[in-house]
Amino acid sequence: MEILVCVKRVPDTAENEIEVNREGNDIRRDDLVYSVNEWDNYAVEEAIQIVDKVGGSVTVVSLGDEEAEEVVRREMAMGANNGILLADEAFEGSDGKGLATILKAAVAKGNYDLILTGAQADDGAGQVGGMLAAMLDMPFASLVNSIEVLDGQKLKVGREIEGGNQEMNEIDLPCVLSIQTGINEPRYVGIRGIRKVASVEIPVWGASELGLVPEAVGAVGAKAQRVDYFVPAPGEGAEILEGSTDEIAAKLIELLKAKGGLK
Amino acid sequence: MESVLTSPAAASLFGLPAMIFAIIIPLLGIGVFVYIIVRRVTPLIQAAPDDRLNRVPERLKMVLKIWLAQWRQPRYLLAGIIHIVIFFGFLVLGIRSISLVIIGFADHFVMPGFGGSFGRMYNVLKDYAATLVLIACITAAVRRGLFKPARYAVPPRYGHGHTSEAIFVLGLISTLMLSESLFEASQAAAQVQQGVPAEFLAPLSLAWIFRQMLSGVALAALQGIHLSTYFIHDFTFFFFLCFLPLGKHFHVITSLFNVFFMRLEKGRVKPVRYGVEDDQLDELESFGVKKFTDFTWKHILDFYTCADCGRCSDRCPANTVGRPLSPRFVSIKGRDYAFRHYPLGGGNGRPPSEPLMGDIYSADEIWSCTTCGACEQECPLGIEYIDKMVDLRRGMVEEGMVPQSLQKPLGALEKRGNPWGIMEKKRAEWTKALSEDYPVKILDRKNSAATLYFVDSISSYDDRMQSLACATAKILNGVGIDFGILGKAERDSGHEVRRFGEEMLFQDLRAHNTDAIADAGVTRIVTADPHAFNALKNDYAELPPVEHISQTIARHVKSGRLRLKPVEDRTKVYTYHDPCYLGRHNELYDEPRAAIDAIPGLKRVEMTGNCRDRSFCCGGGGLMLFYEPEEEQRMGVLRVEMARKAGADVIVTACPFCLVNIEDAIKVSGMEGQMEAIDLAELVERHMVVA
Repeated sequence: MEILVCVKRVPDTAENEIEVNREGNDIRRDDLVYSVNEWDNYAVEEAIQIVDKVGGSVTVVSLGDEEAEEVVRREMAMGANNGILLADEAFEGSDGKGLATILKAAVAKGNYDLILTGAQADDGAGQVGGMLAAMLDMPFASLVNSIEVLDGQKLKVGREIEGGNQEMNEIDLPCVLSIQTGINEPRYVGIRGIRKVASVEIPVWGASELGLVPEAVGAVGAKAQRVDYFVPAPGEGAEILEGSTDEIAAKLIELLKAKGGLK
Repeated sequence: MESVLTSPAAASLFGLPAMIFAIIIPLLGIGVFVYIIVRRVTPLIQAAPDDRLNRVPERLKMVLKIWLAQWRQPRYLLAGIIHIVIFFGFLVLGIRSISLVIIGFADHFVMPGFGGSFGRMYNVLKDYAATLVLIACITAAVRRGLFKPARYAVPPRYGHGHTSEAIFVLGLISTLMLSESLFEASQAAAQVQQGVPAEFLAPLSLAWIFRQMLSGVALAALQGIHLSTYFIHDFTFFFFLCFLPLGKHFHVITSLFNVFFMRLEKGRVKPVRYGVEDDQLDELESFGVKKFTDFTWKHILDFYTCADCGRCSDRCPANTVGRPLSPRFVSIKGRDYAFRHYPLGGGNGRPPSEPLMGDIYSADEIWSCTTCGACEQECPLGIEYIDKMVDLRRGMVEEGMVPQSLQKPLGALEKRGNPWGIMEKKRAEWTKALSEDYPVKILDRKNSAATLYFVDSISSYDDRMQSLACATAKILNGVGIDFGILGKAERDSGHEVRRFGEEMLFQDLRAHNTDAIADAGVTRIVTADPHAFNALKNDYAELPPVEHISQTIARHVKSGRLRLKPVEDRTKVYTYHDPCYLGRHNELYDEPRAAIDAIPGLKRVEMTGNCRDRSFCCGGGGLMLFYEPEEEQRMGVLRVEMARKAGADVIVTACPFCLVNIEDAIKVSGMEGQMEAIDLAELVERHMVVA
């Protein structure tokens, strides 16, 4: 099975203190460390496991600036066979639809049976996977937490739905799936693994390679624009319980009962 | 001495000259033995290299101490004494047994040098040796068969018990002792009967007792006993020789070599591959141990040498709290794997290529080890475990088989130089809690100092452990040491990063710190974290001398520069918990105790049997704080219990990780208010007389 996984380089939320910059139009990026978006990492692991079982190859694609190459390399160290970087000044400022448009063009250059994205990104809106499927006119399942290859034509996918319930679907190939964390246990990528793929050539495709008109994407083509960035003022309604652990637990139970959380 | 009975060399057996048997048995025995040894050596030849032919004088010293003097045996007193008796019995009787074999075809043979008075002395010695060995064998068999000490038990997941093998071997040894004594006693009894001068038999020895018993037996019967016991001895001797390499008694042969080749340096971890420099590591195709022959030959020799005595597992904290790790079975499973894949007959001679992980070893088993070193400290045969754990982990890291709980901190260490992923610029924030009376310089272009205080991650970032860093800074100030810290230029020492198998990340951290320390231009380093201490001292190279704060304190207490007030609370009883990386791995036992004892009026007790080199690990430091093991109990909880039983209510330790684990243990076991834990630096700082 030929699988394409879309991965994104994001500021690592666990290892950064996210602050809004002085201009209020972005977060402060000078001291940030970046990593692969967590959901995407699960998607790559899932793709590798599928290929280990049924054969084929995994290609990772990342849309970003030159620095996004590091996440492509990391996923290749993980076991992805090929990497593609989509970078062009014309892509900057794209909205969700713009991103999906660029990815669609990249998909069209290959022959993929399955396209995986993360369910969302740490710094995203969780919209690209669905849009991409629509643009490709492929079936789509979101929040996928299990994949079973039925035959060459179909997958059986599990979806996490409200309240911890599980839904099982059969979906025709080719399709797009957005992957939920917890679908697997992603393998560790060590320094040595990254060094091994350090010199692998990763093709960089811009608008011309993808056959895109620059006006269709980027800030120019964006129909949704970010207008502000701020930290919401602390609201009312939070209560800090005090006392020993036992007392806190007793108070919590009382509160939960009073507000109908416990019956 | 006139021989009354026909000697084996002159006798006949089954109508043939007995000498034929006396020649065939040794030839066959030696032939089979050599064949078995050749098969056993095959995996050692296919194994990874190991650098053990260096430092011969030190190695010979280990042989004299650990092997010949049986140094570690009395740590388990009864078993130790029994073993010492059997061991020396073997050494003494080996000569007798060999000369017995030879007289079977060379009548009147005497070992060179054993003819005169030395020979007579030797005969007395060997009579008593045989007697004592028999008594030891019976005691051992009774102990093993009836009293069944718990540490010999084999949990069901590791297969059947090994008691029958043990008893069988004790039976073989007893047979050797009895047949040798009867062979001699029958001759002496015959001589007495015939009125010729008899062989001197040591009074009350086994042979002497048998001679008394045989005094009334007819000459023909004595002749029968003489001949039959000779061949029983001959056969048993060679059967035993060939039986040794088939099980745990292989140690009788391998122990001498294993002790000679044992690890000489504590606190260190083996290189990824001997003979490959750090800058060539990228060229290595594979890291660590994945398949059997990735082990070094010494590590396979360890497997062969394991005597299954269970001391390692008895002292192993992971095993004690029910984690899925028992060092004893790491060895036994390795040995059985070798026996299975290198069978005595058949086999294709090719090294097995299947991964060990998921076969004989499980990931949880290998991650369960805290590298505390208790097993290696105890092993009377010089078997090592930490390097095996690290090598197996290196293999798993390369295969991506790292538990999720460890992936986050490893990723954070890569990006931020600390396992929590807190920003580098906050590394020196702990100093803000100190008043202006205790300035802490950050060594950069503007500031320099003679001494570097290497804080390391936990004391820099953890809210509770920052108090340890503050106490250390105050002590350094108090004794007038001109010191500074690296601040944001410091990275985690990488001590556990290396021991958890992520060698390349460790090397990155080491390179970064080495540069930062060189830039700081210091001439000494001090740290209050034993893991950092061990890393800087043993894992790094070309650094200025490194000292643990307990050494600094002890030295300045001795010189009078550091004066301490009488203990605050005289009703409290203190005990000292030896951190593994201060004690066992660096043998700093006395300095921390001296530092504590320098506080006037402080009452300190020892956790007898569980202190110094028998200290019980708190639960492990560094990345082990993040690992989520399967266990029935926390190590720290057991440790607090040990302190309580010793009559202490304050546990003093000298390691931030020990403090985390012990304080947590006090909380989870509901002992708050009854037990408390404090770091040595905090205790000393609290009692410091400020000039």
